[in-house]
Amino acid sequence: MSAPSKAEVRGEMAPDVSSFEFTPANLEEARAVLARFPADRRQSAVLPLLHMAQKQHGGWLPRAVLDYLAEFLGIPRIRVYEVASFYDMYNTEPVGRVQVRVCTTTPCWLCGSDDIVKAARDVLGCEIGQSTDDGRFFLREFECLGACSNAPVLWVDDDYYEDLDYEKTRTLLEAFKRGETPPAGPQSGRKGSMPIGGKTTLLETGE
Amino acid sequence: MLHDKDRIFKNLYGEQSWGLEAARQRGDWDGTAELVAKGREWLVQQVKDSGLRGRGGAGFPTGLKWSFMPKQSDGPVYLVVNADESEPGTCKDREIMRNEPHKLVEGCLLAGVAMGCSAGYIYIRGEFVREAEVLEAAVREAYEAGLLGKNACGSGYDFELYVHRGAGAYICGEETGLIESLEGKKGQPRLKPPFPAMVGLYGRPTTVNNVESIAVVPTILRRGASWFAGLGREKNTGTKIFCISGHVNQPCTVEEEMGIPLKELIEKHCGGVRGGWNNLLAVIPGGSSVPLMPKSVCDTVRMDFDSLRDAGSGLGTAGVIVMDKSTDIVKAIARLSKFYMHESCGQCTPCREGTGWLWRMMERMAQGRARIEEIDLLFDVTKEIEGHTICALGDAAAWPVQGLIRHFRPEIERRIVEYTKNARAAA
Amino acid sequence: MPKLTIDGQEVEVPPGSTVLQACEAAGREIPVFCYHPRLDIAGNCRMCLVEMEKSPKPIASCAMPAGDGMVIKTNTPLVHKARKGVLELLLINHPLDCPICDQGGECDLQDLTLFYGPDQSRFEENKRPVADKYLGPLISTHMTRCIHCTRCIRFIDQVAGVEELGAVHRGEHMEITTWIEKALSSELSGNIIDLCPVGALNSKPYEYRARTWELKKTESIDVLDAVGANIRVDSRGSEVMRVLPRLHEDINEEWLADKSRFSYDGLKRRRLDVPMVKSEGKLAPSDWRTAFSAIKDRLEGVDPGKIGFIVGDLVDAETMVMVRELAAAIGTPHVDCRQDGAKLDGKVRAEYLFNTTIAGIEQADAVLLVGTNPRWEAPLINARLRKRQLQGNFRVARIGAPFDLTYPVEDLGAGAQTLQELASGQHSFAEVLKSAKNPMVIVGAGAIARPDGAAIVALARELAVACNMVRDDWNGYNVLHTAASRVAGLDLGLVPGEGGRDVAGMLEGVAGGIEVLFLIGADEIDTSRLGDTFVVYQGHHGDVGAHAADVILPGAAYTEKNAIYVNTEGRPQRTKLAVFPPGEAKEDWKILRALSEVLGRVVQLNSLPEVRARLTALAPQLRAIDVIEPAAWGEFGRPGELGRAAFTSPVQDFYQTNPISRASAVMAECSELFVRGAAQGATGTHG
Repeated sequence: MSAPSKAEVRGEMAPDVSSFEFTPANLEEARAVLARFPADRRQSAVLPLLHMAQKQHGGWLPRAVLDYLAEFLGIPRIRVYEVASFYDMYNTEPVGRVQVRVCTTTPCWLCGSDDIVKAARDVLGCEIGQSTDDGRFFLREFECLGACSNAPVLWVDDDYYEDLDYEKTRTLLEAFKRGETPPAGPQSGRKGSMPIGGKTTLLETGE
Repeated sequence: MLHDKDRIFKNLYGEQSWGLEAARQRGDWDGTAELVAKGREWLVQQVKDSGLRGRGGAGFPTGLKWSFMPKQSDGPVYLVVNADESEPGTCKDREIMRNEPHKLVEGCLLAGVAMGCSAGYIYIRGEFVREAEVLEAAVREAYEAGLLGKNACGSGYDFELYVHRGAGAYICGEETGLIESLEGKKGQPRLKPPFPAMVGLYGRPTTVNNVESIAVVPTILRRGASWFAGLGREKNTGTKIFCISGHVNQPCTVEEEMGIPLKELIEKHCGGVRGGWNNLLAVIPGGSSVPLMPKSVCDTVRMDFDSLRDAGSGLGTAGVIVMDKSTDIVKAIARLSKFYMHESCGQCTPCREGTGWLWRMMERMAQGRARIEEIDLLFDVTKEIEGHTICALGDAAAWPVQGLIRHFRPEIERRIVEYTKNARAAA
Repeated sequence: MPKLTIDGQEVEVPPGSTVLQACEAAGREIPVFCYHPRLDIAGNCRMCLVEMEKSPKPIASCAMPAGDGMVIKTNTPLVHKARKGVLELLLINHPLDCPICDQGGECDLQDLTLFYGPDQSRFEENKRPVADKYLGPLISTHMTRCIHCTRCIRFIDQVAGVEELGAVHRGEHMEITTWIEKALSSELSGNIIDLCPVGALNSKPYEYRARTWELKKTESIDVLDAVGANIRVDSRGSEVMRVLPRLHEDINEEWLADKSRFSYDGLKRRRLDVPMVKSEGKLAPSDWRTAFSAIKDRLEGVDPGKIGFIVGDLVDAETMVMVRELAAAIGTPHVDCRQDGAKLDGKVRAEYLFNTTIAGIEQADAVLLVGTNPRWEAPLINARLRKRQLQGNFRVARIGAPFDLTYPVEDLGAGAQTLQELASGQHSFAEVLKSAKNPMVIVGAGAIARPDGAAIVALARELAVACNMVRDDWNGYNVLHTAASRVAGLDLGLVPGEGGRDVAGMLEGVAGGIEVLFLIGADEIDTSRLGDTFVVYQGHHGDVGAHAADVILPGAAYTEKNAIYVNTEGRPQRTKLAVFPPGEAKEDWKILRALSEVLGRVVQLNSLPEVRARLTALAPQLRAIDVIEPAAWGEFGRPGELGRAAFTSPVQDFYQTNPISRASAVMAECSELFVRGAAQGATGTHG
């Protein structure tokens, strides 16, 4: 992950734009992605390319980006719009650059995700579904992130932060606010999803 | 309890490297070429004999599913691995992909050979960014070591394998929704028939298997079908990764023998229910889509497909959600209703319209802001959805609510009475 | 052939049928919303659920292939409960605004709810509002009413061939839209109004104007192109309220082009509803007697050889019989029905017909388009070409200007020289045509209405023969007309007689020896050189012809008369009077009959049956309505020098091709948006 200095460039939301094109590096990667599919199935690359484009454009997808991808793939624009609007990970409205998502589905909720939401609101000062005034953070609720044995879970940009409570979440988000990127994973000290009191299986293997 | 020597996933917790070297030391990629050389029929037969049932939720016999693929084909045939692990309560495939990716990669090659596939796609949920990175690196390692691609493992068989990331849609865990998504469309499930084995990815014969189903295959083939079949119970064989979340002292993911009693699973590996077994209220044993079980059932039930089905629930993905007596059970289920509403693809009427109605009623039920007779309406609406939809999401939305009404109707009624009383008092 | 048991009754259905079709074959009605026999199966409404033995769940009959031995039940408590459930769920978020909804009275949701639905709502939550969408000047939206059947999306994708409509978001937030508030750029877009089973998509011009049950419904024929689409004209009092397609499998199936559907407001504007006579350089309202005597006075002493008749594109066959007879009675050879100057002499009928027939396109496996843009000249024929293309194994090539026809086209060249290469077998596509089982060539007006037209026709004929397009079982030689009157005009021999002048000659006016010119609905002409020629315009709109006129005789538009039109295939069909002609206007054959009396050149045809008897005497091939008399092959065309100019389509603006569509404000708006807007590169996508 990034060094603290990167925080400055994350200052505000990526603007709406009237034109877009991939960086040379992304263009190369886009071609590599296309190579995974039969030549007449370019549409298959829509999801990976949307991910790349969103990342390149600071976390959201203005229409110019979608139109560019439609053109790039040679498919009707509406097919790209449909996909961009269907999947949760794509933002079609401007959002803060650091994306903070709290899982609130039942397994996390049972383990206190309400507290995580509260901590996030307290620290970031914005509501669920909103970005902070300075455009740095976007806070949203997410459906089950698939890390239930490590509930509750917070997902910041590309990393999961697990085994949280109110205080731990505060600490984490305050670090992000300072421009740091705290180490990802369980915040309880355990390894992965093993029982916190120690393994009950695989006792012959391990560290 | 399962012996460690019979556990397939030795690096479940990521204590060792996921890399190829470490994987080889754990026994992966050992004699793969010889396994390939035994040929398609042998591979399918071994998997059939092992009794392996799909680990993604439905529990369909894997070997039988493989045998549906056409023996002869005039074009490409695909293996697609469902790594869109999104069922609430489920986090087993994540551990395989980030800690034991080579088991999956090797399994893909062997499954590919068993079905005559020229290529495989692993569709991993978009949220698993880091897991996808590991998996992609493992695939790259395998290519570099000559284990994949042209003449994979020196076996003479050509097999390409790609990792493809989703973007946040539970419905892409439905096999035809997944195929649509892989084709670059919205993940709206297809009508069946035709089934993917006939018309799948790009209109070609395709089999979609869960990560765990594929990842256990190399070990089954190496240790023998009878070894796997000797674990668990008849028709419910082998080992299984369980993910236990919620109100236990030590939530964890653990590989155990199929058919382990639920109570044993929780007490041996999870440090017991918070506040003791008697503090247990209910368990959802197989991911959010299966009906909950009250404590009375949990006392004795075994964790396998048939036992849980007989108990009125299901093994599903083996994502065990434990709720103790402090749980607001109506709210817990209402939150699941919200999940299904959010994840409905919107294609077919009962699910698009019904899941929202369910959630809105459930929210009111959680507050008690309802009439007693509305509980019957709620149940009726679940029946209007169940069995009437294109895919199983409709059933999955209906069952948790049905389970709640079946087992906790008095609690719902109590709240309604209380709310009404308070409202009158306030008025 | 699979044999099924439906409610205890055995039925056999063709292989490839669905359970729904099997149920229908057994006489069971299965309620549906999303299913449409001409669109891909979506299976999303779940209204068609039936019970199938051995299946634990009810099945969607529209999507289930009929299998041998299936036992289906359509009338069980399970099925009734499923239908009722689906309807209840469709209704929970559907507004109860039927009293103000245009679909009221012809709404599938209303009808099916009445038969199968719940009698009251149990839904107590808030209903979901959905923002309306902009789809252009033709279609209004009320998206809260949408039941997400996706028929509109499938039509626009599959039939219209412009992928512009989709469903964005998901779950209960799913919405049908173009996403970017863009008008649908299809000339078939209006069909989604008919396809919409509820009142989500409505006709914008018709919106809130009438209730369906108060309309008089008249089955008729469209004449705004040469396809002859079958239509229903809905009227109230003296006003045409809307035009809808009527099923004709061999012509328009159940579709209609937007011009044919939405031009009807043009029937009320710029109408000629009273005879007019020019005095002191200005046309002034008059009466029939005065108008006739003005003509009579002017004709007094004029050499018959200086009198001409030009017949326009919307003129019916009966009127053309009268023109023919009147010209003969006067004794002039100057008669022409080819306003555009098409080089077709009418001698061999196969020369000017769409011989393959429209439905026949589906048997073709290769086609060459010569100087035609079927998408704008005949959208429904283009839709048939696209339909054939989607079935696979169909190659389309073109000589002429590139244009997006909604399916892949190989461009071979621009003009006559390329056609010559093909005819002489030098071009590689000639091999494609030769090796095709049923090859076609479609020659458009753009290739025929030019000085070298006869030579081009000769080349096209040569190509047809060389590529074995003309056999006992197949005729692949086709002319695509744009004028509804043209085939009947040629059938009746409305071309210059011995020594007669053609349209171009007559338009030279006095300088060309024409002193009196009758323009019978002729508006697609250049009147600038007529000079002092005395012009009589008979027709229904104040368009080009009327502006040049000295006397105007107000006639009836196609919705105002019982008349025969012959389409480009050579198929005679009848329009029916839906409303009476406005004001003093009269049916056209009657006007000419009366005029002949005044002129003392009486045409003794005194009733419509008598005119029609004369019509079939002159053109026996038109005797049976809706029957195409196959045309015998023969020698036609005239080899000659070829021009170098590229072929261009005569239709440069689809929305404005005749006096009616030019008078239509709706068509003007479309033209502005789609034709002029597109030319400026601003179709709304950038706006």
